[in-house]
Amino acid sequence: MSSPSDTDVDDPTGSAPDDDWTYVFGEQGSLAPGESDLRPGADSCYKCSSCDTSCPVAEVDDSFPGPKFQGPEQWRLKRQGDEDIDPSVMECSNCMRCDSACPSGVPLSQMHNTARAEYVEEHVSKTSLKYWRNRVLSNYGLLARLGSKVPRLTNVVMGSRLTQLVNDRVFGITSEREFPEFAEQTFVEWWDERGGDEGSRRRARETRAERDDCEVDDEKRVAYFHGDYSNFNTPEVAQAMVRVFEQYGYEVAVPDQRCSGTPMFANGMLDDARRAAKFNVETFHALVEDGYDVVCSCTSCSMALRQEYPELFEFEGTETVSAHTYEALEYLRIHESVREDVADSAVEFPDLAYHAPCHARNQGLDRQAVELFGDLEGVAVDDVGDSCSGISGTYGWKSEKYDTSMAIGEEMFDHMESVEGETGMTECPTCAMQMEHGTGYEIRHPLELLDAALVD
Amino acid sequence: MVGATRGATEGRPVAIEDDVLVVGGGLAGVTAALAAADTGVRVRLVSHKESTLRQASGVVDALGALDGTLVSDPYEAVERLSDGHPYRTLGADALRSGFDLFDGTVTGYEGSHTDANALVPTHGGTVKPTARYPESVAPGLASDDRPMLLVGFETLPDFDAPRAAAHLERVGVPFAVHGVTLDFPGNLRADAAVTRYADLLDEAVPVDGGRVDARTALVERVKSHLSGAERVGFPALLGHEAHDEVRAELSQRLGADAFEVPMGPPSLPGTRLADQLYAAMDDAGVGIETGNPVVDVTTDGERVTEVTVERTHTAVPYAAEQYVLATGGLVGKGIASNRESVRERVFDCHVPHPADRYDWSVEGAYGDHAFARFGVRIDADGRPLDASEDVEYENLRAAGGVVGGADVAAEKSASGVSLATGFTAGRLAGEEVS
Repeated sequence: MSSPSDTDVDDPTGSAPDDDWTYVFGEQGSLAPGESDLRPGADSCYKCSSCDTSCPVAEVDDSFPGPKFQGPEQWRLKRQGDEDIDPSVMECSNCMRCDSACPSGVPLSQMHNTARAEYVEEHVSKTSLKYWRNRVLSNYGLLARLGSKVPRLTNVVMGSRLTQLVNDRVFGITSEREFPEFAEQTFVEWWDERGGDEGSRRRARETRAERDDCEVDDEKRVAYFHGDYSNFNTPEVAQAMVRVFEQYGYEVAVPDQRCSGTPMFANGMLDDARRAAKFNVETFHALVEDGYDVVCSCTSCSMALRQEYPELFEFEGTETVSAHTYEALEYLRIHESVREDVADSAVEFPDLAYHAPCHARNQGLDRQAVELFGDLEGVAVDDVGDSCSGISGTYGWKSEKYDTSMAIGEEMFDHMESVEGETGMTECPTCAMQMEHGTGYEIRHPLELLDAALVD
Repeated sequence: MVGATRGATEGRPVAIEDDVLVVGGGLAGVTAALAAADTGVRVRLVSHKESTLRQASGVVDALGALDGTLVSDPYEAVERLSDGHPYRTLGADALRSGFDLFDGTVTGYEGSHTDANALVPTHGGTVKPTARYPESVAPGLASDDRPMLLVGFETLPDFDAPRAAAHLERVGVPFAVHGVTLDFPGNLRADAAVTRYADLLDEAVPVDGGRVDARTALVERVKSHLSGAERVGFPALLGHEAHDEVRAELSQRLGADAFEVPMGPPSLPGTRLADQLYAAMDDAGVGIETGNPVVDVTTDGERVTEVTVERTHTAVPYAAEQYVLATGGLVGKGIASNRESVRERVFDCHVPHPADRYDWSVEGAYGDHAFARFGVRIDADGRPLDASEDVEYENLRAAGGVVGGADVAAEKSASGVSLATGFTAGRLAGEEVS
């Protein structure tokens, strides 16, 4: 397995040669009078405002001008003359709902990502606390790497009221939320203990020999993009993924990897995102070339690899990785008889209130879990509707955004409480935090249910 | 039918299989999916974007005008349409069946008691002949002679109430009508999303410094302008989740029937209709996948065997025994044109059009344009026809805006064409499987 020889692995401030990259959202005043304004996509906007009515932030915050302004209108204004990027772009939570609302194919989230990056680059002081707060939140994985080395101590410190108050008052990280606990054993530690990629290859081979729907020499291989959260905080999700895929005879590879970049995009930290993406693309491209498909258990990670990487970066292999990346359940739906297998199974599992993450929605995955588990005996899964959870990754962790985040989430909390199940289910780790925070429910992942249904 | 063994073809994805696959999530696609599901088969609907019903007015027309003259009975007028019109091809019964399905599916709509068109005032101050309309719109009908007040809001430029009122008077409506422009309670920003207005009313949010709730404040502002009006029309934003309750309260406290004037996109009545129809598909067990386009098809020459959905850059195959194409027309992007030709985007079905593109349109915005009728031509079973009038694929039917032959904007027939063709395509596709 190849691994890029990047030296600044654990240093978000390290100056890789790519650091000079700037993200220009429409050069100011570059449009001569009378010249037509043809950015691919921006010109497709006919101002129907469907994006604005789909925007969860605009729905609760009257001062937020909405995606139509943030994207195509701001682009035109800036190109015409003296208007600069409006600070309100920082209020966008990057839920990307506007993308699937637009009937005209305007790449709204891409425009927001580049506008936000330029705003942070040009207008946010690099010595301000807020900049560093956002940067630290975006680079959660680096902190987690340290914290998880001493999980119990970290949990005690982060859970203490004093830490929370200091975080809130000094850094602007809300004290309303409980920090997610670090697992005592990370997923990668568990994986290594189980024999790593080699062990998986052996187990998968044994399984294939037993299964009658595949041959022992079939090349069934997936490379798992687990992301930081399931590694450090919810290894049970990652373990379920491994068990399910090995049950179907897949050799799972778990390469060294960085954060997908999702929180960095949302905070306008595109240089950090770029470094992480470069590492991930190089790693996973090599595996794809070896016949692996990439599988994610987090729908924001799959979103980043599939859509944001090719929209924002041009590393060799970016498109190839994008075209070979799948969400775990999605992969099984089109490669295995999971529909029939689930329909033939029964589980003992608490009834579930399912919330589809916004990023799952954009990949067309928002209904697959409810559809699949609708045929499973022993558990009722209710969809709690199409509202946004409101947390959008790091957004709801910021003191000044907390109230907006909870106002957006209110509809989902109400719907969760109105259905039978008193346990939640979702693919997205931060939606899960918000669901738990708003209702007190325990939150599970579809892969855990699939594990319970299919794995002996 | 379904349940093929998977995993046999090493590496390559195996299609997600159903009996009927509908491509497109507007009124035609939803109607086809419901009609197919009604025959007891397994149906899936894939749609590139959120349903275009969210941009529709929520008013459902059948046939409103013919050669520039208003039509009073759409069914009676079908035989006066030209050859190649989908109503002529499928027959007036298909239109009736489409409306029966609609009436049996949605609640809160009126108009099914008669074949005759109702006249609904629009936000531009014209009247639109229509077959079905939401209850929220009903008190505003132009056939009613009670005096009317129209209320617009400063921050909502899409509805100019005094102008709409003046226009209604000019077209000779049988009632007195005047319009006023007021400040909407709650100090919304200019051009705020319509859902913001609706939410303030839904939740009766405190406004005016906490003095009163938004509903009360609205009543107070409107009351002094009533001048004897017995009904009051607002742009269609009178609540979303609680719209019935909002309207009832406003009516009761104004002492006049509050009603909604249908608006352009994004439209709350359209959104409410979409929500009802999608819930009906859920109830009928239709699988729904939204957010990604069908980009490729596989055929054996005679039949469609598979289609490919591009899910955020990843190709995912779908297969069914029968397919329904409901991707919309030129505006909906089911039909594409360049300087040389016009084509149907997904299956590349034949779209008849003049060879010289200068013949695609004529002088004048409301002229008899060829482009307005662009679309695939279908046989009596709803199957697209090729250039020699043979069926393109045995297991493919088309519905809605992608079907040509009707100038739906001039005729005011877009919804009816979707219902008639959607019902036919879905029902026959389902029957052929079962």
